[in-house]
Amino acid sequence: MKPPPFRYAAPTSVDQALALLSAFGPEAKVLAGGQSLMPLLNLRLVRPGVLVDLNRVRELDYIREDDGEVAIGAMTRQRTAERSALVRRLLPLLADALPLVGHPPIRTRGTVGGSIAHADPSAELPAVLLALDGSVVVRGPAGTRRIPAADFFVSYLTTALAPEDLLVEVRFPAHPGAGTAFMEVARRHGDYALVGAAALVRLRDGRCQGVRLAFTGVGPTPVRVAEAEAAVEGRELTPAVAAEVRKVVAARLEPDSDIHASAEYRREVAGVLAERALRRAADRAREVG
Amino acid sequence: MAGGAAREARNRGRARAPAGPGVSVSPVSRQEVAVRINGTVYRDEVDVRTTLADFIRGCAGLTGTHLGCEHGVCGACTVLLDGEPVRSCLMLAVQADGAEITTVESLGTPERLHPLQEAFRDHHGLQCGFCTPGFLMTALAFLREHPHPTEAQIREAIAGNLCRCTGYQGIVEAIADAARRMHGDG
Repeated sequence: MKPPPFRYAAPTSVDQALALLSAFGPEAKVLAGGQSLMPLLNLRLVRPGVLVDLNRVRELDYIREDDGEVAIGAMTRQRTAERSALVRRLLPLLADALPLVGHPPIRTRGTVGGSIAHADPSAELPAVLLALDGSVVVRGPAGTRRIPAADFFVSYLTTALAPEDLLVEVRFPAHPGAGTAFMEVARRHGDYALVGAAALVRLRDGRCQGVRLAFTGVGPTPVRVAEAEAAVEGRELTPAVAAEVRKVVAARLEPDSDIHASAEYRREVAGVLAERALRRAADRAREVG
Repeated sequence: MAGGAAREARNRGRARAPAGPGVSVSPVSRQEVAVRINGTVYRDEVDVRTTLADFIRGCAGLTGTHLGCEHGVCGACTVLLDGEPVRSCLMLAVQADGAEITTVESLGTPERLHPLQEAFRDHHGLQCGFCTPGFLMTALAFLREHPHPTEAQIREAIAGNLCRCTGYQGIVEAIADAARRMHGDG
């Protein structure tokens, strides 16, 4: 048997899940889609005492429009979100990124909330949440609270969640009128990104406004590069401006080297992806504007 | 196979009694599961850490589903869960309680192969055959959604399956041909 021994509980409501997390604290581990946790279990890199499986908690499976945002229940499958007309209409950036998350059999099980809570530094969805200035809804012993993406991702696989907390909802603001694009470079389609870039831009009289650039795979958390955003803000996306963005991104990011790519390569690719994503986002802004 | 056959269930519904609201659920180490695989319900009491793949192979005796990497990379263990492709090594058997699983054994028989299997044979889509069940189940789900795929779509669809001997050219051609056999040229 591959996974180490653990005890298993399958609550059918959020209240039951919270009671289990309170009772077992750090000994408990939440199992969502399992596409990251199950490999860790099979490789025996984690040894939780109690596995709290959310897959029978039906109330966490939904996608709805709410107050200018799209609220996605934590246990909504990535495949469900990918097929959602609401996501395609209101969250084209998420629709861009979802097909790049693993492979179809991974997305059948993988969940939106699980991907955010796992906080893999090379994952796509955390960067999308950050680029859109989204937030997560967390329930814990002290009640319900909302945490903005910028405060949620703390470090490698580390978030602001406490052991007794449960991420119940992910909220992506819609940004009407903006154009967006997500691009990445990976060894094969579906692999974790070596680098990924998310861009969001509005156009007014051909000038860029409200520019956001977020990256994945270039540090312990997804990051925005404020200097690169400022380099485009209020300007037309001319070749000279695009080149400056590329330069600023490459200069500001501090990725690590690993067996997949060197830091220099990641910086270079991040700059190129930023430019391309920004161009595509601007094209789309022209279409919607 | 005898053990698996002996354990074959009398057709029976879900083993799980739903817990009432507010009722605390206590963690267990073993649990009874009932999984319908290719139309037959298999019931067994398992260690909760038993993967669905091990349940399919060990408890149901259906060894057509192969285990390669056991961490979700190779795709050899791909089966259909309620019609959708999943890695059976990345699910627990207890999670499949009450679910419907489709494995490679459901496809065809040696005398009467499924068109997808025929196409793999005709296009040399396999050599050692270890990865083949995963490719077949992945392709089966893919062709349902994309009855007339392009080559690029096929390559993307099988990006999550590894073959270490044949290479992918024959497999891509087999899936394209299977689409024609199953859905016409359209």
